[in-house]
Amino acid sequence: MALIEFEHVSKTFAHHGGAKLLRAHLADAFRTREMKAEDFYALKDVSFQVERGDCMAIVGGNGAGKSTLLSLVSGLCLPTAGSIRVNGQVAALLELGSGFHPDLTGAENVLLNASLLGLHRRKAEACFDEIVEFSGIRDFIHEPLRTYSSGMTMRLAFSVAVHVDPDLLIIDEVLAVGDQAFQVKCFDKIAQFKREGKTLLFVSHSADLVQQFCDRTIWLKQGQIAMAGPPDEVLQAYMAHSG
Amino acid sequence: MWNGDYGFLLTNLVKKDFKVRYRNMSLGIFWSLLNPLVTMAALTFVFTKVFNNKQHAFPVFVLCGLVPFNFMTLAWSSGTSSLLENAALIKRVAVPREIVPIATVLGNCVHLLIQIGLLLVFTLAFGFGINRNWIWLPFVWAMEILFVCGLTLISSSINVYVRDTRYVVESANTILFWLVPIFYSFSDIPARFQELFWYNPVAAMVMALRNILMEGAPPAPSLLIRLCLVSMGMFGLGLLVFRRLKNGFYDYL
Repeated sequence: MALIEFEHVSKTFAHHGGAKLLRAHLADAFRTREMKAEDFYALKDVSFQVERGDCMAIVGGNGAGKSTLLSLVSGLCLPTAGSIRVNGQVAALLELGSGFHPDLTGAENVLLNASLLGLHRRKAEACFDEIVEFSGIRDFIHEPLRTYSSGMTMRLAFSVAVHVDPDLLIIDEVLAVGDQAFQVKCFDKIAQFKREGKTLLFVSHSADLVQQFCDRTIWLKQGQIAMAGPPDEVLQAYMAHSG
Repeated sequence: MWNGDYGFLLTNLVKKDFKVRYRNMSLGIFWSLLNPLVTMAALTFVFTKVFNNKQHAFPVFVLCGLVPFNFMTLAWSSGTSSLLENAALIKRVAVPREIVPIATVLGNCVHLLIQIGLLLVFTLAFGFGINRNWIWLPFVWAMEILFVCGLTLISSSINVYVRDTRYVVESANTILFWLVPIFYSFSDIPARFQELFWYNPVAAMVMALRNILMEGAPPAPSLLIRLCLVSMGMFGLGLLVFRRLKNGFYDYL
């Protein structure tokens, strides 16, 4: 059984981001079908599978639907059409420190984020030191998060996510913020994940990263799969296209 | 899909609410005491000096109304906008969505505990002793919290689709100040309307509090049953409505 299965998945968004005020809802009720703005396709008829232990990268320009795809895999939203199956525990790192609160200290944020990602209390307390150690910011762990740089926030967020010990780790470009030393640490961790037979799904603009870790790559273009296959070929075509 | 630790998550979210709120206040929990004290003093002045109400121990009488009412208004209105305020969380982390408004309501319970403390201090200061009917207190408070959770699940999920919901809640709270027997007694209500008040859990709550604290009597069984049924019904309805509406949150936030 594949870990992720996408079958003819489409996702549309309303152009105005959904009606938000009562008067917009009322105005909508009086509009005929032809007058309504057409929905915007963020993803259109996308099908793919990711096997256990695979590492897949998604490349594509801004607005190609990469983040929408990751949101669908994480179960944050439902597809408009098609079906999605994800058979395992997911930890997603979609945006730098989502779920972090600037007024809480680093330590408090670690526990909060661990619980949000589904870690149990006992396990969170057991690997708290390990998380802090990995992030390398022990000296500032009792300072409020708003005093952290974006690199420090990312270190903390990444440390928590990898310690949740998920079947599938989803990473959306956030790795770019870390410094050289921490990136090396992250890559080691990712390599260890691969060795443990875990699955990785990530969006990256770094060709090196994609080539180093991925078995397969999908190139998304305007919500559709332009090409899927081994990283070298897909990257070459993608680079040639974006020139 | 999310099979984490509900208790751990809930405690962390409630702690976050509490810490964020009180770290930004120089007077801390003193604010939780100040508001009911000032309202109590104003109402006591108006109703004992201006209107010459004969109610014995009016400050305790009015606090029995204010504490449950304050909790409901604060928890309900902050809970209603909780999904919008946590939009970043809802769009980026796959936590069960129900937990967000429920955590906000429970976060207000810290407030509530402080105010219950104030109420009990006043009760004792006015010479009403501790009686064995106090064992009902945890039960009636639990019912009110359950009721407000249900109410908030409904209003917060509708608020995602129709952003005016917040203002409806605020108006409802203003009206409820008059429709909950805060500064008048249950027996002042004409008999034909009394039944109606029984179905409002906050009104029932106020009555139960006065029974227990001021009269030393257990709340009437019919009142307890209604309080219990309406609260559980509201919570069930809240979960149902929320479950129907939550699938569209991502698109509308």
